[in-house]
Amino acid sequence: MRPAFSVIFFTTASGAGCGLLIWLGLLAPAGLLPASLWFGGLTLALALALLTAGLLASTFHLGHPERAWRALGQWRSSWLSREGVAALATYPPALAFGSLWVLGGPRGPWTALCGALAAAGALGTVFCTGQIYASLRTIRQWHDSRVVPLYLLLALWSGAVLAAALAGLWGAARLPALLALVCGLGGLALKLSYWHAIDRAAPASTLESATGLGSWGKVRPLDPPHTEENYLLREMGYRIARKHAAKLRRLALALAFALPLALLAAGLAARLAFPALLAALAAAAGLLIERWLFFAEAKHVVTLYYRGN
Amino acid sequence: MTSIPKPAPGAKKLGLVIDLDTCVGCQACAVSCKEWNTSGHMAPLTDLDPYGARPDGVWFNRIHSYEAGDGAAGRTVHFPRSCLHCEDAPCVTVCPTGASYKRAEDGIVLVDADLCIGCKLCSWACPYGAREYDEDAGVMKKCTLCIDRIYNETLGEEERVPACVSVCPTRARHFGDLGDPDSEVSQLVAERGGFELMPEQGCKPVNRYLPPRPRAAPPVPSPSPSQTAEAATPIANRLLAWADRVLSR
Repeated sequence: MRPAFSVIFFTTASGAGCGLLIWLGLLAPAGLLPASLWFGGLTLALALALLTAGLLASTFHLGHPERAWRALGQWRSSWLSREGVAALATYPPALAFGSLWVLGGPRGPWTALCGALAAAGALGTVFCTGQIYASLRTIRQWHDSRVVPLYLLLALWSGAVLAAALAGLWGAARLPALLALVCGLGGLALKLSYWHAIDRAAPASTLESATGLGSWGKVRPLDPPHTEENYLLREMGYRIARKHAAKLRRLALALAFALPLALLAAGLAARLAFPALLAALAAAAGLLIERWLFFAEAKHVVTLYYRGN
Repeated sequence: MTSIPKPAPGAKKLGLVIDLDTCVGCQACAVSCKEWNTSGHMAPLTDLDPYGARPDGVWFNRIHSYEAGDGAAGRTVHFPRSCLHCEDAPCVTVCPTGASYKRAEDGIVLVDADLCIGCKLCSWACPYGAREYDEDAGVMKKCTLCIDRIYNETLGEEERVPACVSVCPTRARHFGDLGDPDSEVSQLVAERGGFELMPEQGCKPVNRYLPPRPRAAPPVPSPSPSQTAEAATPIANRLLAWADRVLSR
């Protein structure tokens, strides 16, 4: 599948924003994050800015961005619609949470309720994002039981790294950094198992099943239906060289997981704040590569008709 | 609503039956489709750079050619590919706006171009590559089963079939109600062992394809005993021998 930058940026930015909002909404009312107004304001602003930037970016790849509001209509059947509804439903409790923090600090029961609702909305948004891809039977690399947990875990991981970086400025990076270590190790293990699985799974559809000509023997494309590229080949026929995929996977593992995990562990051991900031930057770059690969390595069954495999 | 509607009792299931035995890959269906539909329900079928080095445009019908099997047992098969108007159309249920819909009365899958936001998710959900995005109009386009022909009372009765069916010179394309087991197309499917494409994708396509007929056994050259005897006796007369050679060719 063609890795469109708007969608890659949307899923990584809104994932990190939602992750940060989940930790802020759940941990701050429990007194586990700095109670400073500046910390709360900065963290909430960053979380909502990431979510908003992602949502705006996602409209850039639409043919009619001015009609984007219509996407909220079909939540009964469409995961894309549900994602939009969940994302918009996250704003009112998140803004109420921020207002209540300004009025009376992060510890009140109403603040806790709004924080929990904002966290639920953010979790639901990322869940729907994962489901958009996981529900497509046409792309076996996406129609995989690991895809939704991966989206959730990577959102929690990038959110926790950001929370550790921000809380570190108030000298309270310990808990978010520990949570980040757990999510990061979990995300790393799940990503490795995902790559292992998609490299070995046999495709459900073949050119024989696509043409119904299998009883005659092996089917091979002879003449293409058109000499130039068309929409299908541009959108669905994106191919990445195997050697590049292997290199990019190593780069994604290093930047998205290994380096930030090492920096967080070093920061925890040395009681320093700045390694978490570096970890957040590395994780952001690494997750952009990871998400680019998620698209570039995904193969749509329609390419069978053109290439036979 | 982009949920799949429950078909009304006795509702039609309109679709195509494509005969892979007689299709000669002439592309007439693709051209006729383009010609009708560029001013039809989904108009226009935009072409970008049509006379340039890299022409690119929206087509509802793409004609592939494949080789199936090897050697004398193998076949060359021309393979038209278009929307199959699936019963469980995933392109409809993924649509976030309701632009994609399936008609309850006849099962035709359509796009409302005024509601489409151009997110392209429907084309990702379709295993058959039936949907092509119009870069110029910013909306998704697809086969309408010539909804503006089949119900068009200003056309003669015999013309009320999809453009691709009306033009096919080898009658490889048939149109009808595949929900009615007694219809001509259903009978044809039953008789010829018509099949659906990629049943494992779970879309329950309505269109059916008819397999190439088994090849008749090739004639085995086995000369009769009298011919063998004649051949064995050389003709003495040179003129007759020459005539025999010429006539035997």
